[in-house]
Amino acid sequence: MAERPEDLNLPNAVITRIIKEALPDGVNISKEARSAISRAASVFVLYATSCANNFAMKGKRKTLNASDVLSAMEEMEFQRFVTPLKEALEAYRREQKGKKEASEQKKKDKDKKTDAEEQDKGRDDDNDEDEERLEEEEQNEEEEVDN
Amino acid sequence: MADAVAGRDKCGEPRLVSLPLSRIRVIMKSSPEVSSINQEALVLTAKATELFVQYLATYSYRHGSGKERKALTYSDVSNTAEESETFQFLADILPKKILASKYLKMLKEKRDEDEEENDSDDGSDGDEAES
Repeated sequence: MAERPEDLNLPNAVITRIIKEALPDGVNISKEARSAISRAASVFVLYATSCANNFAMKGKRKTLNASDVLSAMEEMEFQRFVTPLKEALEAYRREQKGKKEASEQKKKDKDKKTDAEEQDKGRDDDNDEDEERLEEEEQNEEEEVDN
Repeated sequence: MADAVAGRDKCGEPRLVSLPLSRIRVIMKSSPEVSSINQEALVLTAKATELFVQYLATYSYRHGSGKERKALTYSDVSNTAEESETFQFLADILPKKILASKYLKMLKEKRDEDEEENDSDDGSDGDEAES
């Protein structure tokens, strides 16, 4: 699978913004410096991936997971990243949980709504059936008690 | 569209990660031994890359000669790659720049050295080759 060179680069606009936000106001960033940092970032991803993959292989896993990435950071001597990364991971997991619950809630609401619509349609019939069933159940209970 | 650059999502909340996950994924997958990547690993790698960019930029600025001029230059970054152990892995892709004239001079000096060595060898070898 051949990637075009551009595909392995990160978008200039985002890289520039990250740099600007990290440096004091009014500092000028030369185009070459920006391009250098962007290339460095791509190399960083490759290095981190390769390192994380070693940890996955050690654990006999084929899928890279979060702890592999954290271990890679330590290995690469970027321990300073570990705490903020763990915080980001917690935030991400909370976000995912929230999304999951929201979509489950939506599904519940949707089901309820569909039920309600069906009830409205055959309301008379259903109610009669329900009443009959209830009466039957009550009778059954009474019979069992007697037995 | 502006929000994507400003780093905020549809609701105006700051994004967890600004770098595009799809692009990070392409780079990660270009690594030959990697089979699959869990979504959390992808998010963490993207976040780590952002932290890296910030760190490289601030480190280079603090240690660079550009501090007086309130600018970050290429040589600030390449010096960091050369001088800091943490950033050594970047040394090959961020070579120090020299003037073309200086490079040509270096080439010439090397060529002169090689020629001198050849001259001293020819004297003794020539006779042996014949017999």
